Amino acid sequence: MILDIAAAACLILGALLCLAAGIGLLRFPDVLSRAHSATKPQVLGLLLILIAVALRLRNIADLPTLGLIAIFQMATAPVAAHMLGRAAYRTKALLPDRLMVDELAGREHALKDSQRP
Amino acid sequence: MTIVVGVVIAMLAVAMLLTLIRIVRGPSMLDRMVATDVLLAMIVSALGVEAAYHRHATTVPILVVLPTVGFVGSVTVARFISRRDRPVTRPESHQ
Repeated sequence: MILDIAAAACLILGALLCLAAGIGLLRFPDVLSRAHSATKPQVLGLLLILIAVALRLRNIADLPTLGLIAIFQMATAPVAAHMLGRAAYRTKALLPDRLMVDELAGREHALKDSQRP
Repeated sequence: MTIVVGVVIAMLAVAMLLTLIRIVRGPSMLDRMVATDVLLAMIVSALGVEAAYHRHATTVPILVVLPTVGFVGSVTVARFISRRDRPVTRPESHQ
């Protein structure tokens, strides 16, 4: 019973994070701020849902698979977000006046295609 | 549990709808890619909600594969978008 209530709380929190990400994607002005809201369901929302699944299944055999999903998601989401952000900076698909810090300003030569790793 | 799952599914549906609107509206391909990543995370969450409700582990392997596909897709698009596809319009001004 208590486990079910905990699972329900995790489900609701995860869905709320998904909803917040949807609203943020629609409201935020450029790619980087949208990527900020995109991280909410990708990491914490998914972790909460996985915790709820584990609490409901109550089977020790499913825990390694769920842990694998969590670890893989936490490992790949930052990489994908970093690459999308880098592509956004290079194609100028962002609002420069909304950046607090721009350490690459005036270093356009470092962003040429020929010098990409 | 049934009421909770109903509310959760409704919230996920609204969130997916908002994400789909962002995918349609763009304006650049990167916006669409970010929104597609989020949509994939929401689909994984919905599958997890279904697995938690019916207490079966049939869909758990899908939860492993789906983020992998999304990761490969977004990295590929980000790699190939750097040199082309400047957005047609400027990003929207802050609303």
